[in-house]
Amino acid sequence: MAHCHNTGLKMDIPAGARKIVLAGNPNAGKSVFFNHFTGLYVDVSNYPGTTLEISHGRFGSDVIIDTPGVYGISSFNDEERIARDIILSADTVINIVNAVHLERDLFLTQQIIDTGVPVVVALNMVDEAQKQGIEIDVDLLSDLLGVPVIPTVAVRKQGLDRVKKALAAARPGNIDAGLQQKLTRLVDRVGSQAEALLVLEGDPVVAGRHGLEPGGEREEIYLSRRERVNDITGHVVKETSRGANISSILGRWMIKPATGIPMLALALWAMYQVIGVFIAGAVVGVTEETIMIGKYEPAVRGFVGQFIAENSTPGTILIGEFGVLTMTVTYVLGLLMPLVVGFYFFLSLFEDSGYLPRIATLVDRLLTGIGLNGRAVIPMILGFGCVTMASITTRLLSSERERRITIFLLGLAIPCSAQLGVIAGLLAGVGPQYAVLYALVILTVLVIVGTVLNTLLPGKSAELLIDLPPLRLPRMDNVLRKTATKSYMFLKEATPLFALGALIISIFQVTGILTMLQNLLAPVTVGWLNLPPETATAFIMGIVRRDFGAAGLTDMALTPMATVISLITITLFVPCIASILVIFKERGRKEAALMWAGTWVIAFTIGGLVAQLSGIFGNGNAARGIPLIIAAFVTLALAVLLTCRFAKKPKNSGAGC
Amino acid sequence: MTLDRVKKGQHIKILSIPDEMIRAQAIRFGIAEGAIVLCEEVVPAGPIVLRKNKQEIAIGRGLANRISVALN
Repeated sequence: MAHCHNTGLKMDIPAGARKIVLAGNPNAGKSVFFNHFTGLYVDVSNYPGTTLEISHGRFGSDVIIDTPGVYGISSFNDEERIARDIILSADTVINIVNAVHLERDLFLTQQIIDTGVPVVVALNMVDEAQKQGIEIDVDLLSDLLGVPVIPTVAVRKQGLDRVKKALAAARPGNIDAGLQQKLTRLVDRVGSQAEALLVLEGDPVVAGRHGLEPGGEREEIYLSRRERVNDITGHVVKETSRGANISSILGRWMIKPATGIPMLALALWAMYQVIGVFIAGAVVGVTEETIMIGKYEPAVRGFVGQFIAENSTPGTILIGEFGVLTMTVTYVLGLLMPLVVGFYFFLSLFEDSGYLPRIATLVDRLLTGIGLNGRAVIPMILGFGCVTMASITTRLLSSERERRITIFLLGLAIPCSAQLGVIAGLLAGVGPQYAVLYALVILTVLVIVGTVLNTLLPGKSAELLIDLPPLRLPRMDNVLRKTATKSYMFLKEATPLFALGALIISIFQVTGILTMLQNLLAPVTVGWLNLPPETATAFIMGIVRRDFGAAGLTDMALTPMATVISLITITLFVPCIASILVIFKERGRKEAALMWAGTWVIAFTIGGLVAQLSGIFGNGNAARGIPLIIAAFVTLALAVLLTCRFAKKPKNSGAGC
Repeated sequence: MTLDRVKKGQHIKILSIPDEMIRAQAIRFGIAEGAIVLCEEVVPAGPIVLRKNKQEIAIGRGLANRISVALN
């Protein structure tokens, strides 16, 4: 590559090809441009260390690279860092601007212009702007920015060909004279105006690359850029009318608790019907039972069995009960893939329609108590699908502290869909009062542990500060593409982990460690949890796959109370081995080991507490003790909440709660 | 007064934002110090939603109580 810095991505860029980069705010419509320009030949690559996928494709003899949607380029989060590096390496930038949000979007436009790169601006969604009574003087905008501006309606393919033609006319735009002077002074030392700009704006990464101290002028530059942009907007925009439309009224309802909570409940119910009932039942029935266990596993056993005996050690590891070629493949393709696709479909739907940031706003209050903000609702919802998938998604949270709390709570108290199915089945058999007990105990544990972590962990979590984009009907092609790339990226990253997990478990099985662990655990299950010794087997099997653990209980003749105690313990107990591996990968060895040990301690403490309380309150009749056990847990939760509130206040001068 | 005390429907002027990162982010959203915005919604005990022209942002309460504003 001709550039001194690369984008951090593995891309085949032919010699002599220009790098044309698409940049814009979130929801500006970049992907429609990308698809129109590149056609079929698109490569998606994962940016190292993130779940972000970057698409690039050929455009004639040149290369088009997409970037994540950002409001500006710096080092505030992964999206920005990636967008920054790709834009810094660009030969030309096509900046897609949302005509409805000109004032906000032009900040990024002006920042890109300040880097000195040739730019073409695509003024997108002009039809929507017109509908809302916004008139934009395109020629004047082009004059003021100093770059070509092409009005477009990308979803209807209007103006796209004009943008293509305008690429030849792309040119560096107008820069504030004072800023230009400062940049020119620095260019000699860092080589390019773009890098000079980021150094001046105090970007620590870019400054570090040149061995310079980051500059302290970000705020000054930002403010004058904001002023310049407001001035431009003031000159080119004429607003004729302004009335509330249906989407803005609906958007309001979504964040008010009185209307927002029922709407969220409805959305989650729809999600449950599609994923929990249809996919987990009908679809997985076909993919897991009929195809994988019915057809694939016997075939692979027969094939491998020709060379290796199934009951030999390598046979057990490859095609045994937990074999890498049998269980892993069945689990990943038969069970996990349909569920992951279902969850990512809903997530993409909520994201594309603009509902997701409104959910975050609605639930923000609940999550601040446990040291998180509204954005953490995304991994929390995904956790009910697959804890491994959700743990990877914690990368989108803004601080280490939040990632730490979320990953631990996911591993501890969120049952994944595979497990939920079995748990729901078992609870249905014991009566509603036991189901309530189960749900409330798990919920109080989540609240207590979250609150305690929030109090004990040093530092402060980031507060919510998010953009609420206008609501719109989701575009199905967008949603489906997002679902496909996200599911593919997850399976690509997680499959080796599931295989490694299966390998570890098979080795444990062959060497007898699995049996040893079960025997080790048996005294605790009998003496402290008041459960039969065989339940220890179910707990250990929960490490293999979470649903194995719960399913193991189905065959045992347990009293209703014993069923609930084992379900509570198994839910809180260590997550499946693939999740554990993700926790190790994300959090490092020391912290992950601590979390892993923590789940053991908490699971058996809480399970035992319920068992002992049931013995004391129940007095021979287990059902009679339930309200008292619930009361005890709620009291405990309240006591912890009050203590933590009290403990936190003096230190943080009231900022904590 | 601080932003968390603002009522729905009030027009306010942002006087100061505490944290440097948040200030930078707010400038990008067009809600910099000195900007006049409308309080669009207050989620009880939760975030405050501000609006300037077509731009809406939600601000967590813990942050809102550190942002000082004046009625406009």
